[in-house]
Amino acid sequence: MRPITKNGLKRRQKLDHAKESFWRRYVFSVDHKMIGKQYLITGLLMTLVGGFLAFSFRHQLAWPGESVPLIGPIGPDQYNAFVTMHGTIMVFWVAMPILLSGFGNFLLPLMVGAPDMAFPRLNGMSYWVFFLSTVVLIASFFVPGGAASGGWTSYPPLSAEPGYTGVFWGGHLWILAVALEFTSMLMGGINFLTTTISMRAKGMSFFRLPIFVWMINIASLLFLFSVGPLIAGALMLLADRLLGTGFYLPASGGDPLLFQHLFWFFGHPEVYVLLLPSLGILAEIFPVFSRKPLFGYKAIIYSTIVAGILSFLVWAHHQFISGIDPRLAAPFSVTTILISVPFAIMLFAFIATLWRGSIQFSTGMLFALGMIAEFMVGGVTGIFNGSSAADIYLHDTYFVVAHFHFTLFPVTFLGAFAGIYYWFPKMVGRFLNETWGKVHFWVTTLSFNVVFLPMFVMGLAGHQRRIFDPTLFDYLQKHQYLHVIATIGMMVMFAGQIPFVINFVVSLFRGRRADRNPWSAATLEWVAPSPPGHGNFDTELRVVRGPYEYSLPGQQKDWLGQTE
Amino acid sequence: MLHWLPENISTYGHRIDGILQAIAWIVGVWFLLVEAVLFYFLIRYRRRPGVSATYQPGTKWRPLLWLLVPAILILGFDLGIDFMQGPVWTEIKQSLPQPDQTIRIKGRQFVWEFTHPGRDGRLDTADDILATNQLTVPINTKIQFELQSADVIHSLWIPNLRLKQDAVPGRTIPGWFEATKEGTFPVACAELCGSGHGVMKGEMRVLNAANYQKWLEEETKIGSR
Ligand code: HEM
Ligand SMILES: [Cu+2]
Ligand SMILES: [Cu+2]
Repeated sequence: MRPITKNGLKRRQKLDHAKESFWRRYVFSVDHKMIGKQYLITGLLMTLVGGFLAFSFRHQLAWPGESVPLIGPIGPDQYNAFVTMHGTIMVFWVAMPILLSGFGNFLLPLMVGAPDMAFPRLNGMSYWVFFLSTVVLIASFFVPGGAASGGWTSYPPLSAEPGYTGVFWGGHLWILAVALEFTSMLMGGINFLTTTISMRAKGMSFFRLPIFVWMINIASLLFLFSVGPLIAGALMLLADRLLGTGFYLPASGGDPLLFQHLFWFFGHPEVYVLLLPSLGILAEIFPVFSRKPLFGYKAIIYSTIVAGILSFLVWAHHQFISGIDPRLAAPFSVTTILISVPFAIMLFAFIATLWRGSIQFSTGMLFALGMIAEFMVGGVTGIFNGSSAADIYLHDTYFVVAHFHFTLFPVTFLGAFAGIYYWFPKMVGRFLNETWGKVHFWVTTLSFNVVFLPMFVMGLAGHQRRIFDPTLFDYLQKHQYLHVIATIGMMVMFAGQIPFVINFVVSLFRGRRADRNPWSAATLEWVAPSPPGHGNFDTELRVVRGPYEYSLPGQQKDWLGQTE
Repeated sequence: MLHWLPENISTYGHRIDGILQAIAWIVGVWFLLVEAVLFYFLIRYRRRPGVSATYQPGTKWRPLLWLLVPAILILGFDLGIDFMQGPVWTEIKQSLPQPDQTIRIKGRQFVWEFTHPGRDGRLDTADDILATNQLTVPINTKIQFELQSADVIHSLWIPNLRLKQDAVPGRTIPGWFEATKEGTFPVACAELCGSGHGVMKGEMRVLNAANYQKWLEEETKIGSR
């Protein structure tokens, strides 16, 4: 496949307009905007599954043995399966499709000034492979033996030998689903990179690209470089399960720790694959709602690159006490803690953007601010885990659960909501209701803290992860009330999503109409109509300046678009 | 913060607690500082009629110092944490002291098996004392353990000792501890190991020298019957 040429594109646009069936348009679309929306909607729907699982096992943790609404009492096997599938779904079927594929697909061509992705068909295929992976994953709940239950990390030998968990088909399907999902994300990543390199509008130099585009590309690169080893690892796992090989089984000369290395060599860069697009969303929203240029544009880019490279050198911080050579702790502890420096620079740059700005608290901005304020909790608590000595105590406790949810939840949900409220006018040509948006923001953010702050305390009290009934351990009794608080917090949080769902559906059809550039923003997507038609832009694009020119001295209006 | 932790009863536990405390102070101060700046900006620079923003892209060196100077400070604190915590790790996990006694611990779905040396003080002899989910050790004694697993990965977790170590099938992983207080303390498994992971629990009894001798005698008698 070659990138489409100008002429080829014109031809396609004409063709598309002439006879575009319902199927071509809404289902097997090759339009990056529709594909982006498909990813977004699928990701949001998968949130219901991942969230329901969280609801079920949190119910069990607060009131062990009691019947969970809709599904009845949860036993230990089911608990393990639910935790496993919750982690898997939230990372690979919610965060990644929404942030990287959803926003990436919708926005990247618009932001670089391209009429579509470089490989539109590959793009369409990427979504459908993803859809297939979703079907396989969901199906794994219903096969005999139930879904995979070896943790989202799927450590062998537990995951390599069906006898250890009693899960046979569920485990195979888990690997198949993850493999399909990776294939789809790889297709997407190739598209992002090629589009950015070869389809930028005239005058759009690399250092005029919005940060979001940089973030999507760096995230794609991280994914491309890290996923290979994991695919090899997963194939060996599948071979152990299906063919009786013993790559990870000591009895057959294998080594369980091999998988951990391969998994985390992928796993740590992977969390940045989720984080970077979300920071990109933040970087687009902050300047618009503080009417200031993004502070330290290049510093942010270079820091991201440094953090990206470092992310390949930290994996063993997940394995301090796994039985690896203890001398490895020192170097990995140092690299891990060092990674705080580039992230601190990024963070300070975002905050400095607000300095002497004119800050408007739109819902999108509120979510972006909430994300940065909460993410900091996750960031600083990572230092505890990164210190190998402290990690002896904290590893595999609820402290870790609290830490990574304080990174992943803001990144995934606060980041995604920020993006949805901000770009909804571009996506559908209508606004979401701001008042209900603010209700949504406050309920979500405040209750989020109620869910996860108590887990730091439980972790410090020695509460290990992934146990289905904490009341069985005497030393955890005195903190059981924290489980109850966390679960009630979660119920409030889930209830807080109802205004969003209603707002979303009603605004699709009834929302206030938006013109091209309702927020007076400078990046290219706001030059196109809302929503953009085929080929995206109805004007000739000629980029003459950077993406964040707000409040330039000596101008009448307080911003200059990239083409002005 | 430390009062949330269970009582420490090992010789090295307080050093881990000290690291936790020190990191808490360092990151706590930074965290509050940065959040304070963030919230101050939000209030101070909220949109007001007639007040417009200042053009400041932060491309020159001088404004960039606002990023770089704190970043360099953070780098300093990072290295400080590294240097502070490194020796603690080395003491606990890397340089094993000369032991007074060696025991063998084996994880198995879903129990802990403890092999104590009998009266002869040596493992793999006829008087070894095997106990399931019951670890018995003398107080103020350097215990070295050989950690093994019979099936999947488990993780030996004794919160009061500040001791955690994965047990990996196919390997024998050495480690050590010295308990400083008599009593009974919980033992758990910290690594997901299957459906019984949540019921994999045992206890550790720390006995004074006299009681430990008595326990040895009794167990040996039971054993020889
Ligand atoms: C919707 C609100 C959420 C709630 C209430 C929640 C709750 C929890 C809890 C309590 C656990 C630990 C269970 C245990 O160890 O026994 C857990 C595990 C996990 N969660 Fe969440 N979570 C939420 C959202 C997320 C998000 C957004 C992500 C990632 C993007 C995520 C990723 C994970 C992962 C990776 C695990 C570890 C699974 C494992 O141990 O194998 N969660 N969640
Ligand atoms: Cu990591
Ligand atoms: Cu276990």
